[in-house]
Amino acid sequence: MTGLDPMQLDPGLWPFLIATVVKMLVIFTIYMVVVAYTTLAERKVSAWIQDRHGPNRVGPWGLFQVLADGVKNFLKEETMPGEVNKPLFLLAPAVAFTCALVAWAVIPFGAPLPTPWGRIDLVVADLPIGFLYTLAITSIGVYGIVLAGWSSNNKYALLGGLRSSAQMVSYEVAMGLSTVCVLLIAGNVSLPGIIAQQVETSWNIGLLSVAAFLFLVSAFAETNRVPFDLPEAESELIAGYHSEYSAMKFSLFFIAEYANMLTASALFVTFFLGGWDIPFTSWDNTGPATVAKALATFGMFAAKVLFFVFFYIWIRWTLPRFRYDQLMSLGWKFMLPVALAYVVIVASALLGLDAAGIARGSRAFTLALVGLNAGLLVLLFVILDRGRIISPAASRLERERVERLRRVAAARTTIAPGELR
Amino acid sequence: MGINVKVMERPVGEASYVRATLKGLALTLKHLVDPHRVTIQYPEEKWDLSPRWRGTHRMLTTEDGKAKCVACGLCPTVCPANCIKLVPGEDETGNRYPLVFEIDEFRCIFCGYCQEVCPEEAIHLGRHYENAEFNRERFVYDLERLTAQTHPVSTLWDPADPRGE
Repeated sequence: MTGLDPMQLDPGLWPFLIATVVKMLVIFTIYMVVVAYTTLAERKVSAWIQDRHGPNRVGPWGLFQVLADGVKNFLKEETMPGEVNKPLFLLAPAVAFTCALVAWAVIPFGAPLPTPWGRIDLVVADLPIGFLYTLAITSIGVYGIVLAGWSSNNKYALLGGLRSSAQMVSYEVAMGLSTVCVLLIAGNVSLPGIIAQQVETSWNIGLLSVAAFLFLVSAFAETNRVPFDLPEAESELIAGYHSEYSAMKFSLFFIAEYANMLTASALFVTFFLGGWDIPFTSWDNTGPATVAKALATFGMFAAKVLFFVFFYIWIRWTLPRFRYDQLMSLGWKFMLPVALAYVVIVASALLGLDAAGIARGSRAFTLALVGLNAGLLVLLFVILDRGRIISPAASRLERERVERLRRVAAARTTIAPGELR
Repeated sequence: MGINVKVMERPVGEASYVRATLKGLALTLKHLVDPHRVTIQYPEEKWDLSPRWRGTHRMLTTEDGKAKCVACGLCPTVCPANCIKLVPGEDETGNRYPLVFEIDEFRCIFCGYCQEVCPEEAIHLGRHYENAEFNRERFVYDLERLTAQTHPVSTLWDPADPRGE
């Protein structure tokens, strides 16, 4: 297949339409299967971490467990609580599910694929503003949860929805700001452009480690995963926003959660791990497009994404849940200021490097940025991480406030003990 | 009326967050790659029962296939749960034998007194636990059922540890 003309696809409407529909179908199928198997992976990994076996009864190693779960969810009775707001109650799972799904439209998942009809870019919709699109879609995703919480007419669901809206709005700020650095380096808001930049210089995880860390943490919060899964904190809120849902509608929320996980992983990979770029070789991104290259890069992309899915699961079975005030103060008092400061630092570093005449992509440029980030990481995680800056649980301010409150309370205590009874 | 909020005062060096997280991740990863699984995959794998295990009863038989029981009436007497029903009979040579011997396994508390008291070593508790039935009547074991069972019997003590220590 290498002899094919690497020309662009025929610019007519029909080839474009057919290619897009085929890509959509392929992506949708793979995506749904992977999402289904992520639920199995979650159960398996959690079992292994806890020295258990996990589901192993349905099929070899429990591989058909997902089919059994799917059938079960389809056949279960759908209950519709009497006092719900019906249209919104029905809309919410669809919104959550759809938003998780459509974010994949702009994520490039491989090097261009040559076909007899021309070269096909392995991205469903190559939007020039792909980055903004992903931010917009992930923001709309909040509505699924908020609507579910509100329309259920149940206080636990409402609290879950409220928590999720507050949490997602807070962490979206940090998430957006952390990706601003990526845009600064790439000088481009299209995702293929960002990948091209990383291929050219080096992966952003080295150049922008702090932003990668902030993005990762915010992504956990955005997808409502432990340690940020307060919207469905089962010990306080039953099941949070999906308390009132049953059968397939409940299942849709779960699919949405796992789909969001995949989307967030894919975004992280695209922004910071070079997308489909195969490391330590330039074989995959030079020369004419071949089928082998397309497949290899797709495999690389899948491997990276699946690693992050595993990381999500790994974190989930390691960390306990945050308290709500800790979550908020972490978001607003740590993530946001650090992200803001980091944008300024990166912008000035880029300006300085440009002014010093160091070309982007040169070894000196990479080394300078990696050094800067290494310094910042040491500063953040070794020097500042002493229980006050990052951990919001024991801030000094809080202790002073408690002392003050104690003094106020002591001054007020003129009632003899026992008089209150 | 004081506000008694306990403020944790941890040593500064230990109160880190990211390093603690990494430590936790390392621990869970260790269990992930080197699991210490103790689950017994039940229908395929079975647990070794202790020789002292006290399960549902079994009546031992003589060489000619008859129950060893001589209907002395010691086991219904000693039974604290009153679950043994014994109607003695006597054949023409004067040998006593049980006409009816029923044990209500739902009533039984598996104390093992019947086995301990039996002078003929006839009634035994079994080293056995798979007793599921579809109705409650099936849990009254009659003599035929008690003699027909083949599972190993309990020793009531562990031969390796005769004093039960």
